[in-house]
Amino acid sequence: MIRALAFCLAFALPAAAQEESIVAGLSQTSISITTNYVGSEILVFGAVRREAPAPAGPPLDVIVVVEGPHTPVVVRRKERNLGIWMNAEAERIESAPSFYAIATTGPLNEVLSEEDDLRERITIGQAIKLADDDDTADSQPFTDALLRVRQASGRYRINESSVWLDEQTLFRADVALPSDLIEGQYRVRIFLTREGQVIDVLERDIGVRKAGLERFLYSLSREQSLLYGLLSLALAVLAGWGASAIFQRLRR
Amino acid sequence: MQIYLPIAEVSINAFLLLGLGGIVGFMSGMFGVGGGFLITPLLFFIGIPPAVAVATGANQVVASSVSGVLAQWKRKAVDVRMGLVMQAGGLVGSAFGIAVFARLAALGQVDLFVQLCYVLFLGVIGALMLHESVRSLRRARKATTLVRRTHSHTWVHRLPFKMKFRASGLYISVLPPLAIGAGVGFLSAIMGVGGGFIMVPAMIYLLGMPTKVVVGTSLFQIILVSAFTTLMHAITSGTVDIMLALLLIIGSVVGAQVGARVGVKLQAEQLRILLALMVLAVSLKVGADLVLPPGETYSVTPEAVQ
Repeated sequence: MIRALAFCLAFALPAAAQEESIVAGLSQTSISITTNYVGSEILVFGAVRREAPAPAGPPLDVIVVVEGPHTPVVVRRKERNLGIWMNAEAERIESAPSFYAIATTGPLNEVLSEEDDLRERITIGQAIKLADDDDTADSQPFTDALLRVRQASGRYRINESSVWLDEQTLFRADVALPSDLIEGQYRVRIFLTREGQVIDVLERDIGVRKAGLERFLYSLSREQSLLYGLLSLALAVLAGWGASAIFQRLRR
Repeated sequence: MQIYLPIAEVSINAFLLLGLGGIVGFMSGMFGVGGGFLITPLLFFIGIPPAVAVATGANQVVASSVSGVLAQWKRKAVDVRMGLVMQAGGLVGSAFGIAVFARLAALGQVDLFVQLCYVLFLGVIGALMLHESVRSLRRARKATTLVRRTHSHTWVHRLPFKMKFRASGLYISVLPPLAIGAGVGFLSAIMGVGGGFIMVPAMIYLLGMPTKVVVGTSLFQIILVSAFTTLMHAITSGTVDIMLALLLIIGSVVGAQVGARVGVKLQAEQLRILLALMVLAVSLKVGADLVLPPGETYSVTPEAVQ
């Protein structure tokens, strides 16, 4: 079904100027975070569209990048002071993605050249923006730490050779999204490369929204915080009173 | 069964939270403390953001205190007047604590300050309690009853603004109860605890209140102060997670009733030694995290986008 859909898409879209271009779709374009949300998997599928037979030469590669909303973050370094480890230096990073996953058909340094990485901002390091007046050399250990910490917690992932490419034409990639997603627009970019040069790019969006009860409680806590606080208290008082009343019944 | 918490923005097993609430409730029922000092560090440990853990912990304390105070109320073991005076102090302390919390969060030192508070207060109180109960256990063994004067006059009794507290049988200045209330309110805001573990010794040793009204009065005073703290956290930083609170509360109110049943069967001195050891263990664990070299010296905090 999915493949059939991919082919339909391939013929429906107008021809691009390049010799080889991407046609792709996503298994879902919106994600609702409900009470029982435990993470989800998105399937990125597509095909390479050609006017002429595939040119001879080195094979094609595909890179899929899924990127969460950017936020400013503060990275702090602990230092030993009076025998206690405490936060000392801090560095504010203007913008860092809350989630970043890269999936490729082969080792990243083989499927992508450095110049094209700089131009298209593909690797995680390229996606992080420092404040304009920052000295890069000073903040290097902090940005390295950001990558390390978020890679360890699974927020930043590089899955080399996880994209399946068949006959130089059809491809698919599964990208797992964690359970601690934040709301916002997630950007999906698909790159077609040959010998490290980017031939074509395609961009899609996935909207991530809290839904149902989650949506209701979250917006209540933001927009009607007094009411929300009183609701939490009422719940606590009721539960405390209820429990002691029920247990007193049971004792008799 | 995984459940997504709307404010903490993490997905956690619901039974883990129910169990956590149950264990803490069991202990609080057994020892007659709110259990906030246990639940907040445990929430840190399972990956709840510290700010959410502190605010939600305060909400859970409200539930367990309401549950506890009802039983005490029937026994007429609540000094309402003393409780109200302490609450007045508590509100001031809590408001001040909330402001300090927000300021420290901006400086990135909130974790350190919370941890230091834990080590200091739990360490001192735990050590005092252990010392005291071991001594009285020994005394009981020797079977020599030592008479303790109920009305030893100290500097506390020479302060102005005296007031009658009939249920406690005291005629003392309102200043010490106000100050104790304020101190506990401050800690409630910073540590997400009710403060019973500080208030109970303070009422007995500083104010000379009779032991039978101490637990009920402290629970009574904790309700309003932690309710105020919860409300302030909800309004100023929006960090109270109602879903997390609900699961913890259900676990803890059930646990508390079971714990109270078990507590009756144990000897009071043994109970106090157990509680002292537990308080010391929490303090040592938090202290070790401060002193031992961390695995990762960097930490990442997303800045809230308003």
